[in-house]
Amino acid sequence: MSDVAASKGAEAARRGPFAGLNLDTRASGVTLADAGPCARFLLRGGGAAALAVGMALHLDMPREAYGCATDDAGRAMLWLGPDEWMLVAPEDDAAALTQKLDAALNDLAHALTDISHRNAGLIVRGPQVADAINAGCPLDLDIKAFPVGACTRTLLAKAEIVLWRIEADAFRIETTRSFAPYVVALLQQAARDQD
Amino acid sequence: MLLILCPYCGPRAEIEFRCGGESHIERPGPYSEVDDGAWADYLFTRKNPKGEHRERWLHAAGCRQWFNVARDTVSHTILAVYPMGKTRPPTEAGT
Repeated sequence: MSDVAASKGAEAARRGPFAGLNLDTRASGVTLADAGPCARFLLRGGGAAALAVGMALHLDMPREAYGCATDDAGRAMLWLGPDEWMLVAPEDDAAALTQKLDAALNDLAHALTDISHRNAGLIVRGPQVADAINAGCPLDLDIKAFPVGACTRTLLAKAEIVLWRIEADAFRIETTRSFAPYVVALLQQAARDQD
Repeated sequence: MLLILCPYCGPRAEIEFRCGGESHIERPGPYSEVDDGAWADYLFTRKNPKGEHRERWLHAAGCRQWFNVARDTVSHTILAVYPMGKTRPPTEAGT
């Protein structure tokens, strides 16, 4: 990940959640990749708040378990619970999104939290990917039970993750930043076990 | 391992859940009229039946919602699942 130097020659530098970690699985069936920085928001609220956000972003808010809505601008709204959604968007969209969501939710009961830097996103890909994730996750990841586009919060061994199937043989895993080394190590071991 | 039918997410593994103990416990009141015995019952006395038990469960690593479960404590069979705030639906065990 690129370091973003502070403006006046200060020492502040940006380190991604996977900085210093080797993502090579040394396995043929599964690869890991950093999903890179992006904007993430956690929205909690009732039906009215969801409706307002859906209209503001022109997204059809998912209302059922495993639901996910995406658009051409690279935004994705993931259903996490009957009153909870996670919005993932390109990083440079963050400021505009904050403004839009604040305006839309103005006088509605809600909680909107910017978790862009709290989370770490990992792309796990390969023909053995479901088996590798199942090493620590109890969900049925068969393509019929968990199709492309399905998402949910679940567990990967002891780490809480949001699992999102982005392709038939690729998943995006969102976890809290401090769990990144644990999740990477677990998936590397699981990937090698598939060979 | 129990397979618990979350009312929002469908069947999910037990490790994603937390058990919150017996459900349908009503707080006695008004407070000034509650004697120590009734208050102690409310705080500490639980049924612990052999057979059907009504419990609260939280889908902690999922949709983060609480709900009620009727579970047989002998066979671990889940007899019914229903949302919080709902009255106890009858099950086959009939309690």
